Amino acid sequence: MSEEAVKKIILKEDEDYIVNMGPQHPSTHGVLRMEVCLNGETVKYMIPHIGYIHRGMEKMAESNTYKQIIHLTDRMDYLSAHINNEAVCLAVENALGVEVPERVQYIRAILDELTRIASHHLWWSAFGMDLGALTTFFYGMRDREKILAIFEESFGSRLLHSFNTPGGLMHDVHPDFRKHTLEFVKYFRKKLPDYKNLLTDNVIFHNRTIGIGVMDKEMAVNYGVTGPSGRGSGFSCDIRKTAPYGIYDKVEFNEILYSEGDSFARYKVRMDEMEESLNILEQLVENMPEEGGFTAKMKPVVKLPEGEYFQRVEAARGEFAVFIVSKGEKYPYRIKFRSPNFSNLFVLSQLAIGGIIADLVAITGSLDLVIPDIDR
Amino acid sequence: MGKNNKLLEFIANSIPYGTLIQGFQYPELTVPSGKLHDAAGALKNFKEQPFDYLVSLTAVDHLEKFTMVYHLESTPTHTMIVLKADLANRDKTRIDTVSDLWVAAEFHEREVFDLFGIHFNNHPDMRRLFLEDDYGYPLRKDFKDDVNIIEYSN
Repeated sequence: MSEEAVKKIILKEDEDYIVNMGPQHPSTHGVLRMEVCLNGETVKYMIPHIGYIHRGMEKMAESNTYKQIIHLTDRMDYLSAHINNEAVCLAVENALGVEVPERVQYIRAILDELTRIASHHLWWSAFGMDLGALTTFFYGMRDREKILAIFEESFGSRLLHSFNTPGGLMHDVHPDFRKHTLEFVKYFRKKLPDYKNLLTDNVIFHNRTIGIGVMDKEMAVNYGVTGPSGRGSGFSCDIRKTAPYGIYDKVEFNEILYSEGDSFARYKVRMDEMEESLNILEQLVENMPEEGGFTAKMKPVVKLPEGEYFQRVEAARGEFAVFIVSKGEKYPYRIKFRSPNFSNLFVLSQLAIGGIIADLVAITGSLDLVIPDIDR
Repeated sequence: MGKNNKLLEFIANSIPYGTLIQGFQYPELTVPSGKLHDAAGALKNFKEQPFDYLVSLTAVDHLEKFTMVYHLESTPTHTMIVLKADLANRDKTRIDTVSDLWVAAEFHEREVFDLFGIHFNNHPDMRRLFLEDDYGYPLRKDFKDDVNIIEYSN
């Protein structure tokens, strides 16, 4: 139904309120405006308004070289920056038929998993805080700091490191990279029970999330909701399993699936994923070759042969895909970023209907939206 | 290709008006723009491998024509297929919506409308998504913006 049609049917002028949540509301974690129609505290409809930080990245990319585009992808989903980089790199490498050294694939996968844990840390911190549990923010930020320290040591930056480049990595990792990664795995294993005691087993938290915002599998597939949010509804969509890239076909791990589809199921998927990522990290660090360099031989100017290339990767929030149309030049003719949050956002207006405002905050938190990734 | 004979057979029987080629990664099916909705519906309702997940929907401006590109995945088997349709007329570009088949398409189509100016017939909510109504269509190759410099001289 169109927005006008929705309003005509549902809106009763003497009973209903229209409230704008955002663009500066803390629970939206960015500039998202939710137009909420309320009867008392019950949500009658919710319309998301986006575009506040639309930067036209797809247009910008058309006049940038492939190496420059890497730096744009960082700034979409800044919490899985490394994984977004990898998508463009893999697309370019596949198109050129470049064989990347095995060591690079290991390092990339280690960074992928570290990024995923760091991203889930921030989500866990903020989700607890959205629901009124301030301690989670301090716990999560304290442990995330350890990962950012590993990043800083090797790449000199903590968030947007743009460390990937077509053919390999910008430079080699720090000599202590393996040691510190293993230390973090041990450290975080000890801390995970705290997370469980604080939030996972908390009765107040259960009351706020169990049975709230139920999304069944069909709905998840239909809306294209991927990542932990989709897997909480039983939609098997882990690209690391379904279309393996890099080293992931040599790693043993489980795809986390829950079938309840409520906010708590989405929460549990992410908590289990953090543990699974620790298992992956252990395997990777153990098998990572010491020798082998950090980049394949690449020409200074990367030109893709004429054609269309599609690369999918599993970012922290779902399926990130890049679609490149090349006409044989050093710039892409057209580039499209399929961002996970874009699809995950719009299911929110369905989940919100019939709930109360506090539930809307819980559902938004459980979908883990990053707004720059929606607007691009 | 070879492996997925059932899909090939199904396409040959149900979508005879389409031309199927093997692209760089996935099979690519090109159909006339008027038949796009039929072809999409047939793929979605293919019993053995229903293409029920719309991964990506976008358009490409080739100057002489627009090409709509749909990436579809069949979730039971994780098979991918690319559906394409060419749109010749630049001024009154219209194509049927597929948002009745995949709800996800509703918002992807709004984005395409916003950035390319392609109208979708029967779309439930054909408004712009990011930009103001008088902005122009920035992803068209003939778009010029004097205020915001988003294109460098190559």
